Order: sequence, then C-alpha cells, then structure tokens
Amino acid sequence: MPADSAPTGADERLKTEPFLARLMKRPELGAIAGVVLVTVFFLIVADPAMFTLAGVLNFLSPAAQLGILAIGAAMLMVGGEFDLSVGSMVAFAGLVFGACVVTFGMPLILAIPLTLAFAALCGAFNGQIVLKTGLPSFIVTLAFLFIYRGLSLVGLKWATDGSTQLRGVRDAVEGDVLAPLFSGDAFPGLFVMLAEAGLIDTFKNGMPKVQGIPVEILWFIAVALVATYILLKTAAGNWIFASGGDATAASNSGVPVRRVKLTLFMFTAACAALVAIITVLDSGSTDARRGFQKEFEAIIAAVIGGCLLTGGYGSAIGAFFGAIIFGMVLIGLTYTNIDQDWYLVFLGGMLLIAVLFNNMIRKRVTGER
Amino acid sequence: MNTRTTHEPILHMENIEKHFGNVIALAGVSFDVAPGECHCLLGDNGAGKSTFIKTMSGVHKPTAGSIHFQGRPMSFDSPRDAMEAGIATVYQDLAMIPLMSVARNFFMGREPTVGWGPLKRFDTETANRVTMEEMRRLGINLRGPDQAVGTLSGGERQTVAIARAVYFGAKVLILDEPTSALGVRQTANVLATIDKVRKQGVAVVFITHNVRHAMAVGDRFTVLNRGKTLGTAQRGQITPDELQDLMAGGQEMAELEGSLGGTV
Repeated sequence: MPADSAPTGADERLKTEPFLARLMKRPELGAIAGVVLVTVFFLIVADPAMFTLAGVLNFLSPAAQLGILAIGAAMLMVGGEFDLSVGSMVAFAGLVFGACVVTFGMPLILAIPLTLAFAALCGAFNGQIVLKTGLPSFIVTLAFLFIYRGLSLVGLKWATDGSTQLRGVRDAVEGDVLAPLFSGDAFPGLFVMLAEAGLIDTFKNGMPKVQGIPVEILWFIAVALVATYILLKTAAGNWIFASGGDATAASNSGVPVRRVKLTLFMFTAACAALVAIITVLDSGSTDARRGFQKEFEAIIAAVIGGCLLTGGYGSAIGAFFGAIIFGMVLIGLTYTNIDQDWYLVFLGGMLLIAVLFNNMIRKRVTGER
Repeated sequence: MNTRTTHEPILHMENIEKHFGNVIALAGVSFDVAPGECHCLLGDNGAGKSTFIKTMSGVHKPTAGSIHFQGRPMSFDSPRDAMEAGIATVYQDLAMIPLMSVARNFFMGREPTVGWGPLKRFDTETANRVTMEEMRRLGINLRGPDQAVGTLSGGERQTVAIARAVYFGAKVLILDEPTSALGVRQTANVLATIDKVRKQGVAVVFITHNVRHAMAVGDRFTVLNRGKTLGTAQRGQITPDELQDLMAGGQEMAELEGSLGGTV
C-alpha cells in the first residue's frame, strides 16, 4: 500500500443521511409497516381476545407454516429464480414422509432426513432443468406444480389402495423421541410455571390455557434467523444477491452462479418438506390437497417482504413479516364481524400495493428516474 | 520523463494473428506495455481492437504469434488464467450490479471472511474500510460503503471497476473504451483515475477511438486498422490530427473532413 492513502474517517463534505432516508432503503420496511397497519386495524375492529397470548399464538401458527415456505421463496427470488412448485412439493413431501412412517414403519430419525433429502433432490432436478435449458424458472416450475400434485395423488392412491388420504401417522410416531421437535407445543413446563406464578391465563383447575409455543413458530423463527444470517453476513449471501442481480456480471467476477442457484432450489424444496413434516405430524395424516396454492401465498409474502420480481433484492426478515401479515388477516377476520372471504380481496390488494411500493424503493436505491 | 525507458515491457505480444473461419480479424499485430505506462490502442469500429484485447485477456487463443508476460512465454486458457497472472480487463459493462452496495460489488466473488467452519462470515468491516480507502485514493468520496452502485455516475462506476481490478493485484489493466459513454466532466475524472493508477506502477492498456482522450493520458499510441498495426508513436512525436488520420484510414477521411468543414 502506498503511504499516500488518506486517513479513514468522516468526510466533512458529505452530509449524514437522515435516519428516515436510510430506513426507506431497507427492503423489509414495507412488510414491517404492513404489520403495524394490520395490527392497528385489528386492535380497533377485532375482539380483544385476538391479542391475548392464546390469540397471538393462534394467528402465528398458520403464519409460521406459510412463513417457512415464504422464506425459502424469498431466498430463491433474491437469487433471481422462482419456484411455483413449492405448494405441490408440500403434498409430495408429505406423501413421502407419510409413506416412510406408516407404510414402511421407519422411525423419525430415518424418515425426516429421507424426506428432506428427497425434497432437495426434487429441487435440484427443478434447478438443473432451469440452468441447463436456460428456460425461465417460472415456466419450468409451473410444470412441476402440476407434476408433483399429480404424483402425490397417484402415489397416495397407490399407498392407501385408492384413497387420497394417508392416515395413522400419529400412531406410527407414538413415543418417537424426535416427535416433540416437530409437533405439538414447546416448553410446556415453562408455561405451567408461568401459570402457577399467575403471569398467564389459566383454566379453573390451574392449568395454563396455552400449553406451550407451537413448534412451527420456533422453526419459523429459526429459519428466518438462519436465512437472514446467510444473506447479510456470509460470502454466500453476497453470491446470492449477485447471482440474482446480474448472473453474467456475477459469473465474470468469479461467483459460482450455477452452484448458488442450484443450492437455492434445494433449500426452497427442503423448506417445503419441513412444512410437510410439521403439518403431517400435527394432523396425523397426509392428503393430496396439502399445500394447495401455497406457492402463490409464499411468493406474495416474499414480495410484501420486499423481494423484487426481477431478483437481486429482498430480505428474509421481510418475508417473515409478510407471512405474519397473512396469518393476522386470515385468523383476525374470525375475531370480527367481517365476512372472511374478504381475505382473498386483501391478498390481491396487498400484492398490488407491495409491487408498486417495491418498484418505488428500487428506483430510490438505484437512483433511477 | 518517460517511465518506459526505465522498465522492460511486462507484456509483449508479437505478430498476433487471429482467424475466425475465413475471416482474418488480426493479421500480425505487435504490441507491448511497460509498468507505469499508459499505452493507447486506437482504431475505428471493426479495426480489431476488441479481438486483440480479448486475445490479451485470455478470451481468445491467437491463431499465430507469441505472448510474453513478465519475460516468459505465456498461453492463457481462460480469462481466469490471465486474471490470476495479473491481467485484468475492465469491460464496458463493468461486471457490476446496480442494486448492490459499492462494498459488496467491490468484493463480489472475492469476499474477505473472518471466523471458521459454519461461523465463517463475510468480513463487512474490512470490506467497507478497504472500499472507502481505495475509492478515496482515486478521488471518489462515497456517501458510504453501503451506497448502491446504481446511484453512482458512469464515471464513478468506471472508477470502482478500476479500483477493484488494481486492488486485486492487476499488473496489466486493460480498459475497454472506458470513456465512450461518458460526459465531459466524467471523462476527465476517468482520465485522472487512469493517470493515478499508472503512477502506482500499473501497466495500462487504454482502448479508445477518441484521439483527444488518448492524447490526454497516453505515453504511446498504437493504431489498428483492418486487423493490422499502422505503427506505434511516442508521446510528442505525433499530433492529434495525424493520429486521427491514421485511425480513419488517411485519404478518405481527409476528403470527408473537407466536406464537413473540418469539424470532425
């Protein structure tokens, strides 16, 4: 290094950027603003029961199931690709998991890694086709939306002799040591203690009304934290942004773009498999309609979370809050007198607003006019 | 004054020929560049400039001719090979991502890391500090390392690309028409950057078709026309008009210029 390098430190010619202006450039801003708006709305309109501990967990559960998918979708979108097959993947992975546990009688320690690996393989297959042919991932994974859904139907009938529902999962995993990690409520002891201390609502017999935190919420938080860490704090995160921003430029700079995208496809499919495992254990059965249309909700949550449809920009934390908005509205409407079918109107409206908003943010960030 | 006399050429290309099928893109081009020197390669569109620099940077293998790098015969199999040896090319599209911050772009594909195993993470602190330092050294004051590249001007983007190449050890820096899409002021900034980089001892190959830009920073000038060298001139041995004539193929240009009232 030559000695003439200027000392580090603030440059007096530069104004410090106002806090608000800096905030405006965060991709997750829209989603957080959305959560605040929706919370305020329901605080005014809904039965106060919605914001008790039981009520909050009640809307966080579906938010978590969608959220795990949405974070996978968001990572892939930042990397510049789509996966429309995640909803069908939930059903397909559910079938594989159900078959492993019920039909083949495997313990969870085998069935869970097998299901995740199988899903990752399907994701890799999706990814290979996209990368090898150069076709848009939108169309390739749209094909797999139908293929996986169809295979789930056919496979279920084969596994159950003609039914599209596979039951008996709960009996099959009874007493398995891994079951509490993927089903039921976590920290029951803590909640009993809190109830005894009078900190949470209890039934008349002294047992807590809420027996613990549903495990999917913990998985949801864990996946969001890991994804955010990877995106913002690792070299791989930089590669993901670069691959999605401009694959050629990234490739010319030495980023292994193909490997990055392939891994993202696998991660997204594995997220779908995780949701499948949790929901199948939860309900004790698997059926072919599981995850129906979840790919769209996941992508919408990712877009609300600040992901650009063109890739290269977005956030996992944004998708986290995007999914919470969904859960709040879906469940929140039952605490009001509003017709629940407004949910669909809301879904479309939110998507439209989010895309317009993201477009504006992108122009701010890139200084386009 | 001329630094060239104190250094041996770092890159020497002798009688380079390149054929694509029956098209002869290069018909025996010789060229060399020394550390601390800015050697301008001029030529009109289609003269073979692009093919020649792609041969230099390892994209194309020459059909005939020899390349000596640091005194040894070299044959690069890929741009990566050439890059690792120290020949960096800044193409017109710059290989930069507008939505990403300057620091993230600067270290794209070559991220510094701290920690180990699963906790190995992108060393943002180092990345930010180095980016700010390197940019300041080339006279650009960023608002911050997290400023998106998209908000920079064209000239500033060029500078980021040049600073990145130099920081990662470029001994020979090939600039492919860095000023062609820029305004007057930004062009001046980029030319100043080239001057600074040259003074750090980097050998600069500056491709342009603008004689004025070449004259502003060049130590030597080589003109390509129809895949051949029309000769190399030292600074001070040639006037801009002569250079212009050489580039455009002399005779025809003189006639054209007459009809345009000497404005070209």
